[in-house]
Amino acid sequence: MSPKKNNITDFFKALPKNIFSGFVVSLIALPLGLGLAMASDAPPIAGIIAAIVGGVVVSIFGGSHVTISGPGNGLVGVLLVAISTLGLESAFAAIICSGVLMMLLGFFRMGKLADFFPSSAIQGMLAAIGLIILGKQFHIMLAHKIKREDTIDYLYEIPFSINDAIHYENKGFIYAALAGVISLTIMLLYSKIRNKYFQLIPAPMWIVMLSIGFSYYFEMVLHEENPISSQYMISGIPSIQEIIVNMETPNFSKVGSFSFWSSVFAITLIASIESLLSIKAVDKLDPEKRRSNVNRDLKALGFATIGSGFLGGLNVVTVIARSSVNVNNGASNRSSNFAHATFLVLFIVLFSTQLTRIPLPALMAILVYTGYKLASPEVIRNISRIGKEQLIIFFVTLLVTLKVGLITGIVAGVITTQIIHLVLNGNISLFVRNVLKPNVLMYQEEDNEGFYVSIKHFCSFLNYYRLKEKLDAIPEDHDVIVDFSLCGFVDHTVMENMHNYQELFKKRGGHFDVIGLDMHDTDSKHPFALRRILPVPKIIQDNLTRRQTNMEDLAKDYELEYTPEKEKDIEFLYSFHFFNTKNVNHIYNKLLHQDGIIKLFDIEFSEGEFIAKEVVRSTMLYINLETTIPEFTLDREGFLEKIYAFAGFRDIPIQNHSDFSNRFYLLGENEVQIKEFFNDDITHFFESNPYYHVESNGKALLVFGKERLASIKEIKALFDFGKRLHQVIS
Amino acid sequence: MTLKPFKTIGIGVAFSPNLKANLFEAARLAVFFKSKLVLIHVGDDASDKRENLQTILKSFEKDNLDFEIIFQKGEPVDVILEVSEREKIDLLILGAQKRERFVTYYMGSIARKITRKVKCSILLLINPSVERVPCEHIVVNGLKDPKTEQAITTAFYVAKHLSSEKVTIVEEIKEQQVAVKVEDDKSLRRANIAKERIKLRENQRIKEIISHIPEQYTDGKTVKLQPIFGKQGYSIGHYAQISRADLLIMNAPSKMSFWDRLFPHDIEHILTELPTDVLILQ
Repeated sequence: MSPKKNNITDFFKALPKNIFSGFVVSLIALPLGLGLAMASDAPPIAGIIAAIVGGVVVSIFGGSHVTISGPGNGLVGVLLVAISTLGLESAFAAIICSGVLMMLLGFFRMGKLADFFPSSAIQGMLAAIGLIILGKQFHIMLAHKIKREDTIDYLYEIPFSINDAIHYENKGFIYAALAGVISLTIMLLYSKIRNKYFQLIPAPMWIVMLSIGFSYYFEMVLHEENPISSQYMISGIPSIQEIIVNMETPNFSKVGSFSFWSSVFAITLIASIESLLSIKAVDKLDPEKRRSNVNRDLKALGFATIGSGFLGGLNVVTVIARSSVNVNNGASNRSSNFAHATFLVLFIVLFSTQLTRIPLPALMAILVYTGYKLASPEVIRNISRIGKEQLIIFFVTLLVTLKVGLITGIVAGVITTQIIHLVLNGNISLFVRNVLKPNVLMYQEEDNEGFYVSIKHFCSFLNYYRLKEKLDAIPEDHDVIVDFSLCGFVDHTVMENMHNYQELFKKRGGHFDVIGLDMHDTDSKHPFALRRILPVPKIIQDNLTRRQTNMEDLAKDYELEYTPEKEKDIEFLYSFHFFNTKNVNHIYNKLLHQDGIIKLFDIEFSEGEFIAKEVVRSTMLYINLETTIPEFTLDREGFLEKIYAFAGFRDIPIQNHSDFSNRFYLLGENEVQIKEFFNDDITHFFESNPYYHVESNGKALLVFGKERLASIKEIKALFDFGKRLHQVIS
Repeated sequence: MTLKPFKTIGIGVAFSPNLKANLFEAARLAVFFKSKLVLIHVGDDASDKRENLQTILKSFEKDNLDFEIIFQKGEPVDVILEVSEREKIDLLILGAQKRERFVTYYMGSIARKITRKVKCSILLLINPSVERVPCEHIVVNGLKDPKTEQAITTAFYVAKHLSSEKVTIVEEIKEQQVAVKVEDDKSLRRANIAKERIKLRENQRIKEIISHIPEQYTDGKTVKLQPIFGKQGYSIGHYAQISRADLLIMNAPSKMSFWDRLFPHDIEHILTELPTDVLILQ
């Protein structure tokens, strides 16, 4: 066992960083909280209350490390139904009851609940929720409030709303619609702009700041009234005193009714699924590679929901977008969740009057974007790539959810999936006979440390929890072989989860191999497994792009080896700190020099999840060193680093080279070794050459310039820099 | 610990296409163990049947095979049970059936009834063949059970006579024995330490048993200990299947009640899906 760390000192050391990232998260949580609450027809402050209570309670009692809790977007649909059928006060009672249920789920260790749903059905349900959000808010975004019975009607009306918006004559409506459209544009374009100063403030906060600034501009400079129609401004942000005085009292008089309990169950189901999925996704991003205690988190979320319900707030769930922003800003423990709640309290106390200057359409644009992300064409494209049958499951769940309701929708999805499995297999007895059997065998091989897992009969969402239970008992830095050769049928849900495990093990230094599916390939009975495991390799594009032909020429000129194809073998990158909180998709356009000692490649990686997701393409240089050098990160000294310095990062000064120390920002754990390593030669080299971000993982160097693809000229310069750096170091 | 050698081996004979293969397997075993072979046929005594059996077994004459044919009318289950008790049969051989279209084998209803009631050891054959398929790898259970010592000793005795090279002793450990539920890193580490401790303890127990076995049996054999955390009776079958064992040796269950059949466990799991040839020791 590793020696016990000094937890308290570590905690205080990391505190500034966590407070900083909690601050950034609160910037998103504020507009999202207001918007989500309004989208569910609750008073806007209810969303903020949920975020505050959630942040405080879950950060104290929770079992995950870098997640953020607050009002969830998945819940908008169910809460909307609950509030419209039960009324606001009874809906709060329903929220409290669902909190109790969630706590019970935690106590009975039902964290595996989410594993019982086929992933295409969950996708379909989420897409339906996305459409519900999008359909309803789209009209408000265009300053065209309408009220319809059915959720689908809202979607039908979208073209009419657009048409109406173009022909507005009322100035107030035009400005309101403009605010909505501009906000949506900001949301859409935000991730495309890679400017670190611009990106310091999250997109939703830009929208809030711009709209408040706009309102002040009219008031202070033009001495006019805000041109946006007052019915499209946020109303009813109470001051802190009012919140305390007018606390909503939950009304339990409808506890006996059927609609009450169906709301409670729907809320609990969605709240736990959303939380569990988010926790799983955030665990993959955790830079310290910890494992969350899901059941403990469920208990904390349930407890927080009860509190939030009593104070007039919405359900508290774990939210993916905010959590990923949290990770990206350097959070390392739960104190950032607490900080996010604290900053929200500050915002409400200090700026509650300013918040009423936000136009509704601007806020709803954020939600429209969220809804779009949940139901974007890319989701459908990804699912159709897996197989046509998955599309059927997806659309059945989607349509039933929209037409009837969430619970019916997910049940329909599960039933459809099972029917499709039966039809594809043509063998009911395989499922009936074996569903209850303990079909997973795991043992640790005696001669080596590896684990071997064998699965018999069939493996689908019905019995996946057994496999998961075994796999979760394996530390992620070990080797695992999962053998499906005795398994007649493997479904998409399982294959997708295997893929997730593979990623997780790769990131944490283990190996996760799936074997025994080759047989399924020849056996046409198993299309799921076949398509998941052996995706048809994309036919190499015959016509290379102009940049690619240029790179090919360059390779000839400099006697390099050029391969344009995408490469997924990217394990060597995960040992760099830079990729700790990022997911590398693939590298391509690879240039090799000297038997791979120096290689240059284009890379595609993503940062964040869901609405905070940004896909970045960049060109990087990798130098494999023969010698061992200390681990460090070297970057240009600038404004951002000054901010980070407040947040606890420390620059290592190199003596006698004040110019170097002033211009460069050097980070690393082993200060003594780093100081020794940066001798005169190396320091002079960096001083006299152009700036690059240079990172060492001890055995190799990663060098890159900007977070975008490099031009051919820049590639040459980067290559040259790399070659000379290699000479100086070795 | 006394070893019960197989002095008399019995086999139920039906005139099916598998007859020759079944008889060959049985006769070979009788030769290996130097025991007497008793052929039990449920039905009338007829000279053509007798002749038929004798022709099949002709090729074993050179090995001095000692065999006896018994004809008796009645219910198959009752007859076999009665004869095996009367003739003091130590090992009864039964053939398994193959599930259509699948490569899984299971015991038919008659064989299953016999298995539940019989007082001697039983060998369930899944794939009898005329040509000898050498038995190279034997898997035996190492449950914490009073009968286990006998099972392991017998495994080495069988390994000696069939000249098998490898014996794997599988210790099935109930998941409940690891008192820690894995929820996060801390509990995972604790659970793994607990498992490590249990494994060491189990291996120690098995090594103790092996040390009591006469050296002439253990000599030259590769012995492997494999602790497995999983469902008792089921995981050993699964293990035997993936490790391509040629023979699985198990203790007979101590009790068999109605509930055991309703909620299958231990031996019942093995009977519903035979992973390989199975020897159940009484």
